[in-house]
Amino acid sequence: MTITSAANYVSGLANPTRFLSLVATLLPWMAGLTGVLFVVGLYLSFQAPEDYQQGMTVRIMFIHVPSAWLAMMCYTVMALSAIGTLVWRHPLADVSARAATPIGAAFTFLALLTGSLWGKPMWGTWWVWDARLTSVFVLFLMYLGLIALNRAMDDPARSAKVSAIIILVGYVNIPIIKFSVDWWNTLHQPASVMRLDGPTIHPSMLYPLLIMAVAFTMLFFTLHLMAMRNEIWRRRVTALRRQAARSAA
Amino acid sequence: MSHLAFVSIAYGVTALTILALITWVLFEQRARRSELAELEARGVRRRSAAKEDDNVE
Repeated sequence: MTITSAANYVSGLANPTRFLSLVATLLPWMAGLTGVLFVVGLYLSFQAPEDYQQGMTVRIMFIHVPSAWLAMMCYTVMALSAIGTLVWRHPLADVSARAATPIGAAFTFLALLTGSLWGKPMWGTWWVWDARLTSVFVLFLMYLGLIALNRAMDDPARSAKVSAIIILVGYVNIPIIKFSVDWWNTLHQPASVMRLDGPTIHPSMLYPLLIMAVAFTMLFFTLHLMAMRNEIWRRRVTALRRQAARSAA
Repeated sequence: MSHLAFVSIAYGVTALTILALITWVLFEQRARRSELAELEARGVRRRSAAKEDDNVE
């Protein structure tokens, strides 16, 4: 596929009806694949050996790490959507950002909660205000703020623009989260998978972790497409109600 | 609390949160579908959808 034909295909999806038809085709396959990946990932996670220091609590890693990755990836999807809103005014860009926000909030909540449940037996504390934990908590607050903003503004065009600007400004927090463990002295451990010198986790734990990460990512994209479809329908309902009110007047 | 309890709570809350997300998305889907069906039943249709029907006819 040439770059021009790829660009034409993406711009063709600007038509919500065409997008909805694509979603209807993709969703059953994505949902099925997500289910299979979770079954395999969970099976391998509980077959993986216990850590020589952490014991069985290492199994929290298989849900904590994918949740934390998803918390950041979801915000990255929102930032790309925000660029789509501000630069190309793509009709689906704001739909994408709006649909991703509650999903991102849920995964960030899971990252914080499972991290806390892992921290108590390993560190001896539920929470510390170190750079990693604090920056992820800030991300959670940003998600909640964006949900509140989307609900508070009536004018969709204005709401889309304001949200997009806030999302892009807030994106500065993502590299802070990623590199906080390198830039500051934190109780949270440094990166052990995405490293320049390769992962430091034994393959018996690395593979289940990677499969769970793919399962969580597929779950995110499945839910995101479903939430985008709901948002398009919500906008249609609003437009049709307005149309009906005008006809009646 | 034993290590098993920490692991169980972590997996339990994760399962509940994911189930809540799926329920929310499906609930919204059902609500929007019924609103669109209700508008359609009242004869309120998108202009582009009416044009598509005209072209088919």
